[in-house]
Amino acid sequence: MSKNIVSVNNLSVSFDYQENFLSKKQKIKAVNNINIKIKKGSFFGLVGESGSGKTTLGRAILGANKISTGNVIFHDDDRDYDLTSINSKEMKEYRKKAQLIFQDPYAALSPRMTVRDIIAEPLEVMKITNSREETDEKVREIASKCRLNLEHLRRYPHAFSGGQRQRISIARALVSNPKFIVADESVAALDVSIQADILNLLKQLQNELNLTYLFISHDLSVVAHVCDIVAVMYLGHIVEMAPSRDLFSNPRHPYTKALLSSIPSIDPENKSKAIELEGEIPSAMNPPSGCVFRTRCPHASQDGKEENIEMGLEEVEPDHWVDRCGVSCG
Amino acid sequence: MSHLLEINNLDVKFDTDEGRITAIENVSISLDQGKVLGIVGESGSGKSVTAKSIMQLNPGNTIYNDDAEIIIDDENVLKFTSNNDLKKIRGGKVSMIFQEPMASFAPAIKIGHQMIEQLMIHKPLTKKEAKDISIDMLNRVGIADAEKRFNQYAFELSGGMRQRAMIAMALSTMPKLLLADEPTTALDVTIQAQVINLMKDIIKEFNMGVIFITHDLGVIAQVADDVAVMYLGSVVEQGPVNEILKNPMHPYTRGLINALPDINNLDAPLTPIPGNIPSPLDRPNGCVFRTRCPHASKEGKEENIKMGLVEVKPGHWLDKCGVDCGKK
Ligand SMILES: Nc1ncnc2c1ncn2[C@@H]1O[C@H](COP(=O)(O)OP(=O)(O)OP(=O)(O)O)[C@@H](O)[C@H]1O
Ligand SMILES: Nc1ncnc2c1ncn2[C@@H]1O[C@H](COP(=O)(O)OP(=O)(O)OP(=O)(O)O)[C@@H](O)[C@H]1O
Ligand code: SF4
Ligand code: SF4
Ligand SMILES: [Mg+2]
Ligand SMILES: [Mg+2]
Repeated sequence: MSKNIVSVNNLSVSFDYQENFLSKKQKIKAVNNINIKIKKGSFFGLVGESGSGKTTLGRAILGANKISTGNVIFHDDDRDYDLTSINSKEMKEYRKKAQLIFQDPYAALSPRMTVRDIIAEPLEVMKITNSREETDEKVREIASKCRLNLEHLRRYPHAFSGGQRQRISIARALVSNPKFIVADESVAALDVSIQADILNLLKQLQNELNLTYLFISHDLSVVAHVCDIVAVMYLGHIVEMAPSRDLFSNPRHPYTKALLSSIPSIDPENKSKAIELEGEIPSAMNPPSGCVFRTRCPHASQDGKEENIEMGLEEVEPDHWVDRCGVSCG
Repeated sequence: MSHLLEINNLDVKFDTDEGRITAIENVSISLDQGKVLGIVGESGSGKSVTAKSIMQLNPGNTIYNDDAEIIIDDENVLKFTSNNDLKKIRGGKVSMIFQEPMASFAPAIKIGHQMIEQLMIHKPLTKKEAKDISIDMLNRVGIADAEKRFNQYAFELSGGMRQRAMIAMALSTMPKLLLADEPTTALDVTIQAQVINLMKDIIKEFNMGVIFITHDLGVIAQVADDVAVMYLGSVVEQGPVNEILKNPMHPYTRGLINALPDINNLDAPLTPIPGNIPSPLDRPNGCVFRTRCPHASKEGKEENIKMGLVEVKPGHWLDKCGVDCGKK
């Protein structure tokens, strides 16, 4: 069994919210008491409702969001980094090891820099290389791994299509030789063919460079194809987590079931096998008590006993974790 | 009856440091009221540029051809110069949902404020009325606690919330023509389904025409009446959505459908269309798809093909190539 590279323990992240400067400060709990372990070398998928806290969780793991309670630990080969007690020098080290691939390949690349400079920037900012020759060497190496031609390096980003730009972003994220990558909706802006191509590339680089990914996506069929393990988020909580095949063939939580049933079919005549969720989407500013999904769950009991349930994952089958609700009343 | 929107022979080029880029070549499409035209196609194929041309939102380095027409209500938008004329389309008759929601909200202004402002520019409303309409729209696109979200900045919303706020803003002016550029990419599928249903209701209620740009063929199947498939600035296949998805004829359309990950067969490898999209600086002559087409002839006769759509079945239009050499 392989080791964990990231442990997230009872992690919560809150943001302040104030209606106007006179009113009382309120808290939005974007991530609520989450526990996950990401195994070294895995392709860990994170899916879920819009606004459920996926980006916030990813950013917290990268040290880009303040942790309110709990902690995140990155297990490097020789030492651990505890993000709650890390000093700024260690944070700089950590930034080399954990990188983000941006969602939007158009916005992420500065139009005034050549592709070479875009890819080289992290090396220069983090002072990883000592000479221009060394930088160029590293840029060329990673560019060819990402299947960019050397002549591309002299060009500016606007000459590239979305797929090529996404390869440039990937090269930039990988040039500092990180071990862990958060890819937040990294293929969402791409058409299906380029998506397939980029996903194949990410997989191949994973093997070559021994990378671990946290892959955030709305596209369930993509997640099903590339991820080894998938966690499903709803309103700040993880409601289900399982190896991909298990999750897609045997979803347990009512929200996961609704998600899987709503994947739009490319057959125009096959319109509605979707489990339609009723009710207002609740707000993270004012989440339901007890089971967070109860206001939209088709199986919620009449007597409202879900209001008093305490949330928490239970292992219903080896490695298949479901929010308690699913066990008691799903 | 005249169409709500008619685009004829549109070419769009951009002047850049590295030379002149052809983003659109010879595109002609039309759209009737109450209809949804889907546009799909590879990144960089010119989908957004087409939509921005209708709104006259392309930047200063844009060059249109002289005989191009974009006709809305019998007026050629490409000939508009005055701000008053442009105001009639932008946010008035035409609304656009942009691909980058972050770019369409000013970072330092609360989203509610922006919604009210843009409504009041185009409709004779009081501030209170504009606020009520905006909050109602935010509720309808599934934003909970809309009154509070109203007072937040765009960066405080999740990606999907920003996108829904933008949909709400675009719909609130009740345009005749809605240009929706990847409007649901940032949404999870349950909310996507809800937002699509809402959009369909509003389209019907107000008899809007819609151009719906997406790379999600599943979404196209669910919302569009017709679909146009674009590759490197050209429409290569077009027709009723049912016909195109069930009976695709252009090698590129087939490649796209084939690249879809199949949720029912996780062992199947992902199959991209082989090769890279050429840079718009080296746009292939003749058939634009020839550098990647599995059926391209050895002798290279596609280099000299003159492109253009041909009606191969009633309503089903195909790039000439498909007729000459697209047979399997
Ligand atoms: N900087 C911030 N200030 C205030 N609230 C924030 C901030 N960032 C995120 N939030 C709130 O935290 C919650 C979770 O947001 P997050 O962006 O993590 O969601 P997400 O799961 O990534 O959603 P999406 O799929 O729509 O991108 C939302 O309610 C959002 O409004
Ligand atoms: N202002 C500009 N200057 C130069 N080139 C541009 C400009 N805007 C767009 N282009 C180029 O025009 C082509 C078409 O771009 P467009 O944004 O329409 O693609 P798209 O089909 O919307 O792609 P995507 O699916 O990635 O959004 C691309 O090659 C792009 O690089
Ligand atoms: S606890 Fe009840 S309401 Fe909550 S998900 Fe389970 S069945 Fe649904
Ligand atoms: S003309 Fe030839 S190369 Fe072009 S799409 Fe048709 S078969 Fe392929
Ligand atoms: Mg997000
Ligand atoms: Mg676009």
